[in-house]
Amino acid sequence: MKLANWFVDAIQKGLIGGGVAILLSLVGMVMRFAGRSIIQDVVDLGHTLLLIVVFIVAFSAAKREYSAVVKVVAGFVAGFMTGLLLVLLVLVGGQIDMRAMFINASPELYAFLSFGNLALVPLIGAGTGVLAALFHFLPARLRNALFTGFAITMVIGTLSDQLLLIFTNNGLSAYFRWLLAPKGLTVIGSLIVTLVVATINYVQSMRSARAVRAVAPQPAMRWVQYTIGLLLLAVALYLPQFLGAYHSQVLNQVGLYILMGLGLNIVVGFAGMLDVGYVAFLALGAYAMGMLTSPEGFIAQAGGQWNFWAALPVAFMVAVVAGILLGIPVLKIRGDYLTIVTLGFGEIIRILAISDWLRPYTGGAQGIAAIPPIEIVGLFSLSGPAKQQKLFYLILFCCIVAAFVALRLKKSRLGRAWMAVREDEDVAEAMGINLVQTKLLAFACGAAFSGISGAIYAANLGSIYPHSFGLLISINIVALIIVGGMGNIYGVILGALVLVGLPELLREFSEFRLLVYGAVLIFMMLQRPEGLLPDKPQQLVKEGI
Amino acid sequence: MRRRIDTTTLVMWLIGVLIVSGVAWGTFNTVRANPYSRENWIDFVIFGLAQGCLYALIALGYTLVYGILRMINFAHGEVFMAGAFTGYFVAQPLFDSGFLVAQPVISLILIAIVSMATSILVAYLLERICYRPLRNAPRLVPLITAIGASFFLQYTFAGLYGNGVKTYPTVPSLTGEWQIFGIGILKTQAVVIVASIVLMLVLWLFIQYTKTGKAMRAVSEDKETAALMGINVDATIVRTFIIGAAMAGSAGVLYALLNKQVQFYMGFQPGLKAFTAAVLGGIGNIPGAMLGGVFLGLFESVGPSLFLEGLKIPAPYQLKDAIAFTMLVLILIFRPTGILGERLSKKKA
Repeated sequence: MKLANWFVDAIQKGLIGGGVAILLSLVGMVMRFAGRSIIQDVVDLGHTLLLIVVFIVAFSAAKREYSAVVKVVAGFVAGFMTGLLLVLLVLVGGQIDMRAMFINASPELYAFLSFGNLALVPLIGAGTGVLAALFHFLPARLRNALFTGFAITMVIGTLSDQLLLIFTNNGLSAYFRWLLAPKGLTVIGSLIVTLVVATINYVQSMRSARAVRAVAPQPAMRWVQYTIGLLLLAVALYLPQFLGAYHSQVLNQVGLYILMGLGLNIVVGFAGMLDVGYVAFLALGAYAMGMLTSPEGFIAQAGGQWNFWAALPVAFMVAVVAGILLGIPVLKIRGDYLTIVTLGFGEIIRILAISDWLRPYTGGAQGIAAIPPIEIVGLFSLSGPAKQQKLFYLILFCCIVAAFVALRLKKSRLGRAWMAVREDEDVAEAMGINLVQTKLLAFACGAAFSGISGAIYAANLGSIYPHSFGLLISINIVALIIVGGMGNIYGVILGALVLVGLPELLREFSEFRLLVYGAVLIFMMLQRPEGLLPDKPQQLVKEGI
Repeated sequence: MRRRIDTTTLVMWLIGVLIVSGVAWGTFNTVRANPYSRENWIDFVIFGLAQGCLYALIALGYTLVYGILRMINFAHGEVFMAGAFTGYFVAQPLFDSGFLVAQPVISLILIAIVSMATSILVAYLLERICYRPLRNAPRLVPLITAIGASFFLQYTFAGLYGNGVKTYPTVPSLTGEWQIFGIGILKTQAVVIVASIVLMLVLWLFIQYTKTGKAMRAVSEDKETAALMGINVDATIVRTFIIGAAMAGSAGVLYALLNKQVQFYMGFQPGLKAFTAAVLGGIGNIPGAMLGGVFLGLFESVGPSLFLEGLKIPAPYQLKDAIAFTMLVLILIFRPTGILGERLSKKKA
């Protein structure tokens, strides 16, 4: 007897889902996530994670072209299989102690995985699967609105303790008691958030659909844009006062990454050269700042200590020169080779910084300490209790300038040359673009942004260590550009908020940070290589002309 | 006709000449001062050979995959790590039960089989999930995927097995030295060198004379034509990944013999070095990868004491890793096709 195709497919998807669920459990993610609750006493993140896996698997098993009954059954089968595999893990784990190999295979995990009653697990899976299949019957717009609602609720629920902290600090917590419980959202709050977000999303998608149908889009009026911009600026200016020191620090971290992301975006997004040694320029900027301004540095010993503002242009220039120096050997090579060479460059800089050879200058593994804080004479000094809040303004200023520069560069002749090189080097050269100049400028501009971030980073922390300039930072920046949308400046900002801001707030999950980054990179490349906010190609002719 | 020399070429040559003359000056100084005895140098060379053989085994995986797909399998270092790391969980029980001491050869083969099987499984999943759907995507896309996969694998294994260092048990019959032609050579190093040479020989024969090997070569020449000749391209690519992974898995066990310690991060540096070795020999070229690996291993082990010390650099071994990367840059400047690489035409690059 030959089994129906949909059935085999559903079984396969269910097995994949089960594999993923087991992996997530053994890696330790499920148990760690279980500590966070989304809705207090009702839903925790660990179970949600498993259910999401089931949901995705079942949703993809119940394909659009199937008939209604087959959809539901396929969802059921896929969910059931996933549940079955989890049961298998629990049963095997009950017999054999796997902890010698898999450190997370603890009895607590098995207890957690059995959802209260082990026999029910496949049924819970099947139920979730059927639910996922039922989503296929909803109109696409409503479905997407609901998914967005769930996603936002999950994020708010996970971060609810942080929100509560901020509200409490501002004396506002009494007004939000209906929404936020000490751990997670309240039941009513979660319903409201889901509904509100879904409704907003639904209405918006209706409007944009209507706009597509309209003959010509209404050009947004200039003053509307300016007003929105000013409002955003006002909010941003008030933000650090509202957030308090800790969250301002997170925001500063995000800001520094935005600054670096904008720089790397020039190299990767505009010019299409994947540079994974970008942290080298951050390191150079930071070290230039440290060497020049620290009283322990060799320059101060020689009797010439600089202040931040004098050292900043030097840090900038050091990064630019290094960018050009890196650029020259990689001019002739493309793609994969270039990536590896940049990686090697990043490693060389780090190895040199650690080595005893340059110890008199870089401080070796101990780094450079006692870097003085940033000061504007007569105005303020970036030290004292509200340091992070003050620093925020400096970073905000740098980010705005950088975003402006990046935007203008993108639309300039040089920007168009970069994009031409990205699309096809040979054609670009044939069109009269000077490849050498264009590529070197990309490296130099990218490095400049990073050099400044490095200088601020050094002056903010007060001490730098070679170990803080590892490859992971480069990967972090590459990931945020790719997730946000290569070449898009707003994408960089979104990417930094999601990939830097969220993990900073969720410190207890930090061991899974890179695991998730890796998975996100793979997923984005497979499903949405253009990123969350894709860069729209520039239109040569305005519509209607 | 006179070739016009542009500024960048000039600067590149200048950088290259500076580095080369630095190396020459350092070597000259060291040779004149002669701080090491003959035995020291022989030790350096043998150590470098053993290390280089490992690089060569891993480099084969890069070269094989690059030859066929024209992509750098950035996660190949993690394939190596997966094998070595998993092998520990066979080696330790074998040691505890006394079997490793009683039957070292069978035990090592057992460990190698498990290690290779794990590597193969990881590489297979990698190809199936991450690379196959991207066969026709722009070049940057599979590379980014590979970088993502590399980190995903690293931290998955850190989560599964823990992020601490695991120490392989010592094989008692492999402690001490053998005297060959009056030269003392550590037994582990000898085993690593001999095993690597045997493995590489087997691989070379396989590629040259078996049907699968011929299919692999045909696919790497021209995928479309190979498909027209009745070769199953997808299956051949999977086989290529599997063979590369088997080499990496065996390298994992040999690495464990040599260095004892394994952890989730161990694949990264050797992976990068092996890639350098592959480029050094001419990427896509199988004998080139072997040669490049050995060459790089020798350079890394002899280099610091040979020319860095001559330049009066303190603690030159700290800069060992920088040598490999500097070499990579130098090759790309002077001979981007590598030592044996003539095959890398513009079409493929």
